[in-house]
This record gives sequence, structure tokens and C-alpha cells, in this order.
Amino acid sequence: MDALPELLQTAQTAIAGASDLAALDQVRVHYLGKKGALTERLKELGKLPPEERRQAGQAINEAKQALETALAARKIELEAIALDARLASEALDVTLPGRGQRPGGYHPLSRTLTRIEELFIRVGFTIAEGPEVEDDFRNFEALNIPLHHPARAMHDTFYFDAHTLLRTHTSPVQIRVMETQPPPVRIIAPGRVYRCDSDVTHSPMFHQVEGLLVDEEVSFADLKGVLDDFLRSFFERDLAVRFRPSYFPFTEPSAEVDIACVICSGDGCRVCKQSGWLEVLGCGMVHPAVFDKVGIDSEHYTGYAFGMGVERLTMLRYGVNDLRLFFDNDLRFLQQFQ
Amino acid sequence: MKVSEQWLREWVDPDLSSIELAAQLTMAGLEVDHLEPAAPAFEQVVAGRVVEVVPHPDADRLRVATVDVGQTTPLHIVCGAPNVAVGMCAPTALIGAVLPGGLAIKKSRLRGVESQGMLCSAKELGLAESSDGLLPLPADSQPGQSVRELLGLDDAIIEIELTPNRGDCLGMEGVAREVAVLNRCDFQPLAVETMQPALDVAFPVTLLDPADCPRYVGRVIRGVDPTAETPLWMKERLRRAGIRSLGPLVDVTNYVMLELGQPMHAFDLNRLTGGIEVRRARPGDRLELLNGVVIEPDVETLLITDHQGPLALAGIMGGEISSCTDATRDVFLESAFFAPASIAGRARRYGLQTDSSYRFERGVDPQLQHRAAERATRLLIDMAGGQPGPIIEAVSPEHLPTEPAIRLWPTRIRKLLGMEIPRIQVEDILRRLGMVVVTEVDHWLVVPPSSRFDIALEADLIEEIIRVYGYDRAPANRPLTRLEMPAQPEEQLGLERLRETLVQRGFQEAITYSFVDPIFQKHLDPECKPLALANPISADLAVMRTSLWPGLLKALIYNQKRQQSRVRLFEQGLNFLPNRERLRQELFLGGVAAGPVLPEQWNAPARILDFFDLKADVEALLALTGELGAFQFVAATHPALHPGQSARIERSGEPMGWIGALHPQVARALDVEGDVFVFELRLAGLQAARLPVFQELSRFPVSRRDLAIVVDENVTAQAVQNHIRQRGGPLLREVWLFDVYRGKGIAEGRKSLAFGLNLQDFSRNLTDSMVDETVSGIIAGLTEQFGATLRI
Repeated sequence: MDALPELLQTAQTAIAGASDLAALDQVRVHYLGKKGALTERLKELGKLPPEERRQAGQAINEAKQALETALAARKIELEAIALDARLASEALDVTLPGRGQRPGGYHPLSRTLTRIEELFIRVGFTIAEGPEVEDDFRNFEALNIPLHHPARAMHDTFYFDAHTLLRTHTSPVQIRVMETQPPPVRIIAPGRVYRCDSDVTHSPMFHQVEGLLVDEEVSFADLKGVLDDFLRSFFERDLAVRFRPSYFPFTEPSAEVDIACVICSGDGCRVCKQSGWLEVLGCGMVHPAVFDKVGIDSEHYTGYAFGMGVERLTMLRYGVNDLRLFFDNDLRFLQQFQ
Repeated sequence: MKVSEQWLREWVDPDLSSIELAAQLTMAGLEVDHLEPAAPAFEQVVAGRVVEVVPHPDADRLRVATVDVGQTTPLHIVCGAPNVAVGMCAPTALIGAVLPGGLAIKKSRLRGVESQGMLCSAKELGLAESSDGLLPLPADSQPGQSVRELLGLDDAIIEIELTPNRGDCLGMEGVAREVAVLNRCDFQPLAVETMQPALDVAFPVTLLDPADCPRYVGRVIRGVDPTAETPLWMKERLRRAGIRSLGPLVDVTNYVMLELGQPMHAFDLNRLTGGIEVRRARPGDRLELLNGVVIEPDVETLLITDHQGPLALAGIMGGEISSCTDATRDVFLESAFFAPASIAGRARRYGLQTDSSYRFERGVDPQLQHRAAERATRLLIDMAGGQPGPIIEAVSPEHLPTEPAIRLWPTRIRKLLGMEIPRIQVEDILRRLGMVVVTEVDHWLVVPPSSRFDIALEADLIEEIIRVYGYDRAPANRPLTRLEMPAQPEEQLGLERLRETLVQRGFQEAITYSFVDPIFQKHLDPECKPLALANPISADLAVMRTSLWPGLLKALIYNQKRQQSRVRLFEQGLNFLPNRERLRQELFLGGVAAGPVLPEQWNAPARILDFFDLKADVEALLALTGELGAFQFVAATHPALHPGQSARIERSGEPMGWIGALHPQVARALDVEGDVFVFELRLAGLQAARLPVFQELSRFPVSRRDLAIVVDENVTAQAVQNHIRQRGGPLLREVWLFDVYRGKGIAEGRKSLAFGLNLQDFSRNLTDSMVDETVSGIIAGLTEQFGATLRI
């Protein structure tokens, strides 16, 4: 039988040499199990003379404790090694793409429409809608555009019969709203409009957003303020905005609104035809004749209206250079606006 | 309206550059579309007088001209123009000149003869599209004088795009008045001389429809020289306005139109019979127009006739039969006022748009006719001689437009504009615009000039004031408003969530035309007769869609043709549903999908989309209502869909949409590739959503049982599941289908359906026997109802 120190030494070597948890457990059983080497030594204590027993017992117990500590330490080490090995074996190429469905996207015109709607809703406008097949009265007559008015010639109208047409602008929604709702009125009306014209810069169908505000104290200065704000918010730029006198039969005074060209910042380019300005909106104070048609007292109420082309704003915002792309629905185009 | 800046500055000459002037007009509502030089750049072209012409010794078609250009020695110039003649003055490009287009003039030899310059045509100077000879300069031109100077070519053309309300600016006088107002310059209307009649010839004029033509001024001029030429200065002014010179008679009428805004017409007096009548057309009237077109005018059309028949479409175009020719010596000048309403729309009806109709539609000053006739007489006699008769005027005073007297309150200006404008400036602006302004106690009484058809109301005056005062001087106010919370009904599903759901599930939004190809429409909705446009833009965009599918399928095909094998598109928009007498315009949401379910990717099988993939997308939409259970997919046939793979979608029995595979025959007819699945939902049917109501949670565990049964093929999964739910009683919390199996172990014509069942109670743990009891009840029911057997 080896001396205790030698036994301990051998055991320590075995522990250090155990390469996995199972081997380590075998070492533990070999020394500390029911029939283990140290256990056997303890059993043999009784054979020793009583005066040696205490000292020998103490030595064995110290050796046992030393072994247990070594086993526990080795166990932690081996567990860490095992975990490392597992983690290493489970490592992925995290650059592989994710699996599953990929989101689609909104049409660029929808993006713009949503953007316009959100901006106006925040300052208290609500959304109104109207039919696209419209009657002559609301599309023209009620807007102070009688039959044979020269302004009709600019509208290139699609007709179904003498009285029914595809709306040429979103302005009839003004009429529909004012027919049914007493002032105050504060609406925007987004939607499709149609004109019988098709070339590089005209689409037979396009989109407008109409705005209308009618109340007791509404002035041209208010109109300037809201559109100034809108255009700067929409383009997220401190743009120069100018109001230029113009003519619409249903507003008086009327204005076209220009912004400093967003492409060249006003220096002059192909998009602004070297003028430095881009026409983006038409607007004005509601014409008294329109109020008359819908039974609103124009002495008491005033109002403003505006209309903007959604395609134009979209083209300027995202740099789209061809109107026809909007209605081809080419995925390579649409996917650019996700 | 093309305005020569030079001509304009003869009326009013503000201290502004051309660019500043154009900007000023634009900012006053007369939008300048173009500002361009009246002639392209060239230098060293001078007036040359031809003193001798000899034939070229070596070329039949060339001649050698000796040209005095004011230098000590005349130049010898080889020339091929047919009209080169001794005594004429013509533009002469000197050695060193560079003509428009880059032609540099050098000393050269033409077939052995030296040429020391070049005699030029109008075309070579960039003044005409084509020429048939040298440009004749005035006979008294000083040899050596610069042609640019002589013709005043250092001019700019200001092209103004006038809005329809500003007919008053369709003449130089109107534009000049406007410029004078904007610059606070003095303005004098053109002084027009009254021509004393030299003849005593009357030619009767009768107004048979005085409401349409309340004033008609005419004049006979006899003895005009038919060989007279229009002077170069007038030709130049016409050219700069975009009008071709057609001889003195026509040129004078056009010139007065440009100058004063009054369209005129010259008839050959000897081709007129009896007298002039202005009347609406009658059945049987026929008229050959100057452009050669023969029309049979309808009874709403106003005509100028003589005692034999129609002469002209009043205010639009003259007729061939009475027109002036190269031989005309005696003319009848017309200067009339036609009411805008009698001309508006008529020209378009005959496919015409003339300078004349354009002006009459917008309104010509009803006080202008007399002046214009006098002015034209003066010009014509100066150019071509002749003797004038007296002015003939037929007028119906009660039918002439009257100028309104408009009350204008300063308070109203403030209210409408949101700013103060000093009263003295208001009055100044209005007076400069030619208005009569009378100051009352607290307001003004304003009468606009007869040329302004667009001013009838107080608001019109306020626009004029701010327009001249400057839109840019009006403040911009931030909105001040009574804030009001809008209604936000929670039991109404927002469109936004529906669209977002589709986007998240891989669909791309499309926007297609609301008018579609009738062929697509017929294939996809053959039972509906769509609303047809009277004037479609093209044959394949001729009818209003009754379904979103035609547009979406067209977009699908467009993409398939561009190598896109996987396409998922959706659109929301109106369908136009003819419904007996009434048209319904209803909002729909529809989609198409074709190709692999997933984008091609690693470690996932490439599986082609089927009915149930798209059904899951639709169910995701329906689930947003919070009431997926209220919807049913009912096997039903649709003419555009595969009869075995189509379902009508119903909500509590109410039809609200379709889903299915495109019928293979339809797919082939439309040239669509592969299997295509489509859906369409009426949004009105989807809008009502459930307000969530909290349900108590059970604290007791769930017991799960699986149930595999075998039934005949024609038994639907939905029917079995409904039955299980119904028989399951209060303990059955959930039931779901997890497997469908056919094949080995299952008889032909039968199928196995496997359901998972969760049972749970609120007050106790369920024992096996309680669960077994419920499940055997369900099995018994299924056996009785469907002949189901348990799958062993």
C-alpha cells in the first residue's frame, strides 16, 4: 500500500488528466466511491492502534477534502470546456439572409398622399371623399364654370353623357361637403381625377388633394400661412414660396403657388425650365358665386380652397422623372419606395 | 399672346430690364411663359443697294451683283436669288459676318468669280422658316446701315400665357395699360384719327340676333391698290406676334387685332350681295370656310350673311366666297362685338380655334369697334390707298353689356385679405386700372372699364387691388382655430390597417387606371355591362372597371413580360357598378398573386403559391375585424375563376368578395403565365369591426385530445369543424384542423381529417372521464351526421 501522500499525488494527477466529466467521475469513484482507495483507508482506521487513529484519520480526511476540492474545480473547468465546445459547434454564418416572407410596399403616390393627409390632419383638417363619376353641375356649374366657359376647354373632360363625366378635379368634393355641412368646414379631399389628355407630361388619370376651409374670419393671409407651412413641412426644407396671381373660376382672389426649385435650389435647371421656380399648387378665396350655389352666406363666411397635384409633388420629392412610371406598376419601380 | 418688347415700350417705357419686366408681369398674374430674342444673333449684316446685276459667266442660275454698302468701293457678290434686281435694297452679310446657324462669310470664289459677301434672305437671317428670295429692305434704306438696327431686331418677345379672364390683355393696348399700372406710369390710349368719308356709299347692316351681336361696325373702302405691299415694319410686328403676312388687307385687320384687341375681317365688297345680316344659322345653310372646309352650321351658330347666304362664321372664321383676293380693290371692313356666350364653345364644335374666336370667347371691349375701324382705315389707306366711305354702325344698345357699379368696403378688404391697404393706394390702383371710383361715406362705388369682363363683384375688385399691390405683401398667418376632436369610431376598421397587413405579407401596392380594356373586362366580369366612356383616350381604356382584376392582371402581365416570376400586387379603389338605373361607385380591395410563395432563398423549398396561401392572406385581412368566425368561404363558381378553386366570401351570409384561381381558359385568353390567384373584397363589408370585450381566463389546466376521422371526400372540413364545435358543449375551448390525409389505409373517395381539441372548465380540473364523455359525444355526432369513422 502506497503512503497517503503518494496516493494523493496519483489522484491529483488522475483528476488533472480527466478529459471529460465521465472520466472525472471515474476518478472520483476510484478514490472516493464506496470501494474507493481513500474510503478503504478510512475503513482500515479501526485496525490502527488507538493513539495513531486520530492522527491518521485526520490525515485521510484532509486528503479527502483536498481531492473533493480538486474534483469540484476540475468539474467546473470541464463544464466550461464542454460548453465552449458546444457553442463552437453551434456557431452560424450570421450573414446568411433571414428566411420567410419579405414585406412589400406602398405605391409612391400613396406615400405622398399619406404624407399630405397626415400634415393637414395635424392642424385640424378631416378627410372628405366624393365620387369619381360626377355630374356636370358639381364638377363645373356649381364651381362657377358654366357651359362654354373658356376654362372648360382646359379641362379636356371624359364624358359618359351630356350630364355625367369623370371628375376633372377634386373640387366637386368642396361642393358636396358644403351642400351637406354648415360652416365651419375644414376638409381635405384626396383622390383620382381624369382628363382626356395623354403624353409625356399628362396622364389621363392622376391624383389631386383639394383643401377647403370655411369659417367666419378666414383671409388670404391665412391661406398663405397654411400653404407656406405645408410646403416647407412636406419638403422638409426652408423653401422660398411665392404666391402669384392667377385665375380659377371658383376662387377670387386666385393664386398659383411656386416653390424655389427643389432640384437646383433656384439656380435654374431643366426641371424648372431655368426659371428657378416650380408651380406646385393652385388656390384662392372661395368665390361668392360658389357660396351662393351651396347656400352659404358669403357676407358672413369667407373661405379658402387649394388644390395640388400629387404626381408632381411625388416626382419632386423622390426625383421621379417620368410621369408614366406611376401607372406602369413595374415592380422594379414600385420596390424603390418600400 | 406674344408681345414685342420694343412695341410695348413705345406705349410705356418703365425703367426695367427685359427680365425684370417679364418677372413683374408674371407676378401680376400675366404669366410669362417665354422670353426670347426677336431674332437670332448675327452681326456685320448691313443694308446694301444693288447697283448692277450681270449674269455669271460660268453658271446659268447665278448672277453677279454690284452692291453699294456705303463704303468707297461697292462689293461684287455672287447671288442665286431669283429676285435680285437693280435698285433693290437687301441685307448684305459682309466678310467676317457670322449668320445664325454658324455660317461664317469669307471671301470666296464661286465658279471662278470672286464673291465679297452674301446677299441674304429672311430665312438666312433666322427671321422666317422659309424664303423664296432676298429679303427686300425699304427702298430708302441707307447703304451700310446695320440691318439689326434697321429692322429693330434687338427686341425681345415676351410670350404671356393669359388666363381666360384677361381678354383685355389680348391686345398691346391692354398689356401696355397693365404695365403702366404696375409701374405707376402715365398711360395714354392710342390716339385714333377720325377718317373723313370720301365716298357716299352705304352698305346696310341688319342685326337679326342682337343679343348675340349687339354692335356691328362696317366701312366700305374703294380703290385699294391690289399690288401694294405691306411695309416691312408691320410685317415684322406681325412676325414677332407669330402671324404670317398675307397682304395688306389681311395684315391690317390682324395688326389692329394685335394693337387694340379687336378682331376684324375684310370682305371683298364686290363679292357681297345686298347687305350684311348677322343672324343664327338656319337649316340648310352651308358655308365654305377660308380653310377649305365646308360646314353646315347648327342653329346655335352665329353667321354673317348677305342677301344670298352665309359669308362667315361670326367671330370665328371668314368664308371662301367673300374673301379678299390678289385682285380685290373694294373692301368692306368688319369690326363687330359678338357676345362671348354666342362664340364660346362654337369654334371647338367645328374643330377650330382662331385668334378671333379666342378673343371673342374671352370678351372684346364692346366700346372698341368704332376706334378699331378708324384705325384700320387709316393704316390701309396709308399702305394701299383707297377712299373710305362713312362708318356704318348697327347697334342694339339694350343688348350691349353694361358695366356694373360695385360697392367696395374697406372692412371687406381687410376681412378677405387679412391686411390693411391704405385707402389712397386702393383708389390709385383702381383708377389706374381704368375704373371710375366714387367715394361714398364709408365705401366706394366702382365702375370697371368696358374691357374688363371679369370684374362684377366686390371680390373681383379686391383681387385687382392685391394683385397690383403685390401678393407677396400679404402676410402669412399661422392657422388659429377652434380645435375639435373628431369622431374616431373604434368599431370601424381603418383602411390603413388592411393595406399595412397586405404590405407586411409581401404585397406591393399598385395603382391602375379606372378605365380598362373592354376585352379584359369581358373576360373577368362577363355578366356585367360596364359603363362606357363617350370619348375614351384609347380603345384599350374605354370602359369603367367593375372589378380591380383587369387592371391588376394587366400589371401582372407587364411584370411577367419583364422576367418577374413572383408577383404579388394589391390595389384599393372604386369599382363602377351599373345597377339598373343607378351607378354604384364602391370601394374595393383586390389582389393578384403568382409564382413562388416566398422569394427564392436558401434552405426553404421553392413552392408555388396555391389557393390556401392566398386564403391565409385574405384571412389575415378578415381577422382584423376581430370576427374571423363571422366569415365563410363558400364553394361557388365565378366565370373568371377555376370552378373547383373558387369561393365566395360571405360575412354572416352577406356576399362580400371572391377568392380563387384564375380560370385556365381566361388565363390563356389574357396571356397570363402560370397559375394566378386573385381576390377582391368589398370594403363596406369589411369595415365593421368588433369592439373587444374581455373574457375571463380559466385558472385550470387544458386537456388536449386529438381526433382523426375518416369521411367522404365531399364532406367539407368547415362542416365537420362546425359540428365539433356545436357538439363540444361548454367544455370545448378550441378546435383546429391539423392534418388532412388521403392514400394508403384510407378507402378511395374518403379522406382523413385530424383535429386538435382543447377542453377546459372554469371551476374545476377535468377528469379523464369527463373529457372522454365529451369526445365520444362528438364522435357519435360525426358518425350520425357524416358517416364518419375513427381512423385507427
